[in-house]
Amino acid sequence: MPDLEARKVIELGYAGNERLVMNMGPQHPSAHGVFRAILTLEGETIVAVDAVIGYLHRCHEKLGETLTYVQYPSIASKTDYVAAMTSELAYVLAAEKIGQIEVPKRAQYLRVIAAELQRIASHCLWLGTWCMDMGGALGGGATLFLYCFRERETLLDLFEALTGARLLYGFHQVGGTRYDLPAGWAERCRSTVDLIEKRIDEYEAMLEGNAFFLARTRGVGVISRELAQEVGVSGPLIRGSGVAYDIRRVAPYSSYEAFDFKVPVETGGDCWARYRVRMVEFRESIGIVRQALEGLPPGPISSRPGVKSVGQVRIGKGEAYARVEGPRGEVGCYLVADGSAKPYRMKWRGASFSNLAVLPHIVPGHKVADVVAIMGSVDPVFGEVDR
Amino acid sequence: MGAADPRALVRDRFGLDAGGAPPRLSVEVPLDRWVDFARFAKHDLGCHYFSFLTAVDWKEQGLEVLYRIENLDDHLDITVRTKLGPDAVRCPSLTDVYRGADWMERECYDMFGITFDGHPDLRRILLAQDWDGHPLRKAYAVDTPHAPYR
Repeated sequence: MPDLEARKVIELGYAGNERLVMNMGPQHPSAHGVFRAILTLEGETIVAVDAVIGYLHRCHEKLGETLTYVQYPSIASKTDYVAAMTSELAYVLAAEKIGQIEVPKRAQYLRVIAAELQRIASHCLWLGTWCMDMGGALGGGATLFLYCFRERETLLDLFEALTGARLLYGFHQVGGTRYDLPAGWAERCRSTVDLIEKRIDEYEAMLEGNAFFLARTRGVGVISRELAQEVGVSGPLIRGSGVAYDIRRVAPYSSYEAFDFKVPVETGGDCWARYRVRMVEFRESIGIVRQALEGLPPGPISSRPGVKSVGQVRIGKGEAYARVEGPRGEVGCYLVADGSAKPYRMKWRGASFSNLAVLPHIVPGHKVADVVAIMGSVDPVFGEVDR
Repeated sequence: MGAADPRALVRDRFGLDAGGAPPRLSVEVPLDRWVDFARFAKHDLGCHYFSFLTAVDWKEQGLEVLYRIENLDDHLDITVRTKLGPDAVRCPSLTDVYRGADWMERECYDMFGITFDGHPDLRRILLAQDWDGHPLRKAYAVDTPHAPYR
């Protein structure tokens, strides 16, 4: 909780203990979007932080009440635009839960393939931008960023071949998926993940032997197990704080119970722990993609007829909360349906929103430069924070 | 820490019947026991994980506030809800129990105009501080004009 007193500037002369209010953002390269942090400093040390969000607010929840179950999934992708597959999936899962709509096995596997490729692509973007934030310490800053973007590009090419879009897909729909795999896609996908798997080893070799990287991540931004739970952080953050909490494991959806994968857990709670969790997740996701391609069952990709009109899907009265494990953590959609073609109420539980809420608790006590490292390790996407 | 039968415990302590079946429960709590219940759920049912808090506008029947908490060790999740009543906008704050309620309640205040009593810093969080109205109310039309222009 921001200390209201601490925000005031106290002029105590030049004894070195005077407080200074410094504004970081909203236009700051390390903000990964638009985020403003009002820092209260004593020298170089932060004593309080007030986080200002909302710059990307589009009121998705109101929008969701005005669009039908056919229209909204492709808008859902605009909440977390770095991992568009995730929020689309959460929305259609919630609608399917209320309407008790079956999803064919093949569609479930396609959803898993899309979700895991999305996780790899999102983690590529996280690693690249985070290392660029920490800049010169990592041998020229942009090196790893460009490598990661090179790899992410190959994944976006795969998405383009699958859905026709590179960033915002509209792949999921109530009852299944919109597209099946095009000819030759599976082979291309296999060779792409093989390549990325090799490249991850190279990234690790570049980073883990770098004394600056270790100094800037070890012991920085520690989130305790208790704080993680109370604030409700999820994904790599909570797993980096010693809680083995992965929705794919504790409440499997879309056939995740059929796949064999590890849930990485680190106990440090610092930036380094979160980095390690994500690096293992890269490899686990690649493993899941391979298993899903291998075991992809034949059959239809949707249990519903093709879309002819936007009001075609009606869902009976009821409410449901569906959640998926996105690259950033628990992405949940709480839907209240009233029997019409549009939901009565829709709530997004954005993983980035809850993850970012931990910032005022962990930043005080660190130096200004650490804010950048901590922000990057939290990996917020402001489209999802502000919705 | 996990209770053998959370439903029986809820009935004993609060005289309330929980809906749903473990591991997924849903409880409607009277407004005056709102914070008591959160404390009980956290300490006696082991629900340390705060997932989200939000509201639903049921038009004439008024606003309903709900939050979802979880016990990650024993896989129990509870959705707790309360009705504020027609035209009522006051609700006790959970910030003393869960630190995660801070931002969630600010968002709920921003979107629904619900005043959370006891919240240390109840400001708008997503919209500008001088915004008029609360967009997720059903009475707030999508095309509500704003002066001068936003």
